[in-house]
Amino acid sequence: MSQDTAVAMLARMESGEVTSEEIVRSLLDRADHERRLNVFVHLDADHVLDQARAVDRRRKAGEPVGRLGGVPVAIKDLLCVRGEPTTCSSRMLKGFRPPYDATVIDRLRNAGAILFGKTNMDEFAMGSSTENSAYGPTLNPWDETRVPGGSSGGSAAAVAAGLAPLSLGSDTGGSIRQPAAVCGVVGLKPTYGRVSRYGLIAFASSLDQIGPFAHDLTDTALLLKVISGRDPRDATSVDLPVPDYSATLDTPPEKLRIGIVREFFGEGLDPEVASAIQEAVKLYEKAGATIKEVSLPHSKYGVPAYYIVAPAECSSNLARYDGTTYGHRAEDYSPKYPGEENIAELVRMMMVSRAEGFGPEVKRRIMLGTFALSAGYADQYYNKALQVRRKIRGDFDAAFREVDVLLGPTSPTPAFKLGERTADPLSMYLSDIYTITANLAGIPGLSLPCGFTSQKLPIGLQLLAAPFAEETLLRTARVFERATDWHTRRPKTA
Amino acid sequence: MDYEIVIGLEIHVQLQTESKMFSWSGTEFGLPPNTQTDPVSLGLPGTLPTMNRKAFELALKTAVALGAEIAPFTKWDRKNYYYPDLPKNYQISQYDLPFSKGGHLEIPPRKDGGGGTQCRLTRIHLEEDTGKLTHGYGGLSEVDLNRAGIPLLEIVSEPEIRSAADARGCLEELRLTLRYLEVSDCEMQEGSLRCDANVNLHIHKDGQTIATPIVEIKNLNSFRSVEKALLYEADRQYKEWQKNGKTIKDAPKTTRGWDDDLEETKPQREKETAADYRYFPEPDLVPVVVDAAWLDRVRQSIGELPFARRKRFEAEYGLSPYDANVLVEQGQDVADYYDAVAKATGEFKLASNWIQQDVLRTIKENKSTVAEFPVKPEGLADLIHRVKRGELNTNQGREILGRMIETGEPAETIIEKGGYKMVSDREAIAAAVEAAIAANPQALEDIKKGKKKPEAVKGFLRGQVMKQTGGKANPAMVGELLEARLAELVP
Repeated sequence: MSQDTAVAMLARMESGEVTSEEIVRSLLDRADHERRLNVFVHLDADHVLDQARAVDRRRKAGEPVGRLGGVPVAIKDLLCVRGEPTTCSSRMLKGFRPPYDATVIDRLRNAGAILFGKTNMDEFAMGSSTENSAYGPTLNPWDETRVPGGSSGGSAAAVAAGLAPLSLGSDTGGSIRQPAAVCGVVGLKPTYGRVSRYGLIAFASSLDQIGPFAHDLTDTALLLKVISGRDPRDATSVDLPVPDYSATLDTPPEKLRIGIVREFFGEGLDPEVASAIQEAVKLYEKAGATIKEVSLPHSKYGVPAYYIVAPAECSSNLARYDGTTYGHRAEDYSPKYPGEENIAELVRMMMVSRAEGFGPEVKRRIMLGTFALSAGYADQYYNKALQVRRKIRGDFDAAFREVDVLLGPTSPTPAFKLGERTADPLSMYLSDIYTITANLAGIPGLSLPCGFTSQKLPIGLQLLAAPFAEETLLRTARVFERATDWHTRRPKTA
Repeated sequence: MDYEIVIGLEIHVQLQTESKMFSWSGTEFGLPPNTQTDPVSLGLPGTLPTMNRKAFELALKTAVALGAEIAPFTKWDRKNYYYPDLPKNYQISQYDLPFSKGGHLEIPPRKDGGGGTQCRLTRIHLEEDTGKLTHGYGGLSEVDLNRAGIPLLEIVSEPEIRSAADARGCLEELRLTLRYLEVSDCEMQEGSLRCDANVNLHIHKDGQTIATPIVEIKNLNSFRSVEKALLYEADRQYKEWQKNGKTIKDAPKTTRGWDDDLEETKPQREKETAADYRYFPEPDLVPVVVDAAWLDRVRQSIGELPFARRKRFEAEYGLSPYDANVLVEQGQDVADYYDAVAKATGEFKLASNWIQQDVLRTIKENKSTVAEFPVKPEGLADLIHRVKRGELNTNQGREILGRMIETGEPAETIIEKGGYKMVSDREAIAAAVEAAIAANPQALEDIKKGKKKPEAVKGFLRGQVMKQTGGKANPAMVGELLEARLAELVP
């Protein structure tokens, strides 16, 4: 039962075969059993059971229960849930309980979903392996010596390990798609503005988007519909109608044109990953799609531009964590080094609290961003990076005049070993080389399972589409999913 | 001492809105600390700002009224710095694309002949206010975030104001204009109008002009302190220059705080390095596009402004600049009241006198407003008509107005009840004149012998006549008949 899809669970609840309470009880047991995977940073069994019982009562009384009535959804630990710990896997926010719900949480509640715990992540969503967490790394359910990707590693692993049929993550440079790929599940980053960011604790505001993880596209479509749409509390959310993604999912796009991005098959791409992608191309060709090679000439500037823009915004977004009103405050901030006695006590308190509260990767990015925005450097770095962003968007706009969907690998490699890249930030940054440009351009992207390496590690296929073309993205992906069974594979967990 | 003072103002004005610039909590002044807050204005993790369109519109209205140029496209920027009164440790402000550039402030003419000019504006931008720190006992500071996020206009003038009185004048005119526009209450005491002044001197010596180092004066809490601080600072800078000869090239800009008790400026602690606010575009907000239709609607919402109104009162009603100013500077209500009375009576000067001497005095004494004043313009106009027609003398009119204010009854009722008809019966008044002269033979003697000035004696006798008639005699007639009778008695 734990490896069921959300749609299967809904059907079984509707038929009266099981209750939501039974489902969450079994998942709670399983979570307890799989504790070593370190997927959840907070999971309150009583709270989960209360929600499930409430939905069961409504269902029994014949009242409407919502599109997700009784389905557990695991939540990345950077989405604010009223009264629940929300920490971004950071020591800085240990014990922080927001007094409000994020908009996506509101929408989940309205749809009858069961909020099923908070999942582990790289601290403040900065990382590609979930190793930068104050709670320690999450293990990849397919190979426990390997990382689940990141930063939404906990949410990806939750679905892969059958701890929840659905989960929410956030994607700033690939943080949904990359862990989805290496955990063998579906992950979708919507168009910037499609899903409200209100209540998402910001890493880089102009890049962050919340999106779903699921076993398959049917579940993905269902969850995407629930969380999407204009929100007056997020000025950057866009007022466009939200299609019923589930209704059109099984209708293949007509005269589908697929673009193969030349730049996505360069140096650093694992040969096994490359060949799985080639197989996918063949499958689409067989299904009648027109395949065309396209170029995104500025994509090589994606990683450098990203590592200016994202840290710049992060340096400002994370400035509020200073120990003054909430979060971690250092106990001892007496002067330690010569000269510190001349620093005002308040400033010392802020400095020491931040030094203790943030991990090394977060500090690295705050410093990078502070530098990039400094007087005399902003033009060279930040403003230049914004120009690159416009060029990258221009590349995509040109490509989407010729094709409907772009296809390529999600991640250049399958899941890497724990600790393998922690000492080399640059190699870690390159994990997102194929995903980062979609964030810079604001376009939607999706990763779905498309095979395994010889070591039985999942491989992800990435599809990208024009802004707000999530429907095309899902329908195109579904063509592949219907013809393969990769999405039905589950890891052999103990 | 041959120097000019050069002043530039940086003015902050809180806009009068129901809710904050980027969130929903209220803006009322004087509530218990931290009760006017919400997750957004507290800067809690995950919260996002959304623009208050009303606040933006008030800002537009202000800029249009000040003759500024409105940018068709404007955006928000983050100004990054750490301070406990700034919950996010950045302020949402406007950096390189403010919504408004240029414009000017009027400096009204003064009795001393000064003023009567304008001061150009560099720019006006919109931002969110910060919270407030109160330094309490034991070195502890308390943070109140009620103010954090209130819409704040920053108005920056060109450094071209040439006297302390002009600086005060243009600030007062700004306050009046903003009150006319109903965009801000501009209470300096409550901090809804705040002003910093940049000042230095241009000293003329041996055919050359020497500029002294620029000083920014802070803690200016009243119009009076603005003027005083600038005068003090000019004198201090001149003496300083005489002492050390330092010019603008030798010293950077410094900050000094005005001490209202000691009436002097004192150096404020400087930041060790130049502030680097690391401005960048606010990614949580979208740019604002101001189209022609919106701008038109804003223009149409602006009524007659104080400057124009003064000019009209002078031209249309023939008032002196002084009278026009008194009526206009009291606020829109008073000027509207005057307009109504002047139009209803056609007695422009008389209406101005009655309002200045009686209406405004009463309002001031009762600490109330024109809106609360019980006598409406028609009522006052009716009373003025009666005086003008000779039904009442001025003193009676005053007394009746007093009763009207007390009772709220119209003049007619009070006149009927109180027997206030003025006596214009020639025979009766002639008899009273005769009686007054007869009763005071000494007076006539004084005139005859030239002991006292005749005008003084006549004034005394007029008073006696009025007394006899219970104050009801037509004063003009009393004067005329008394004059005639005395002319007969003392040829």
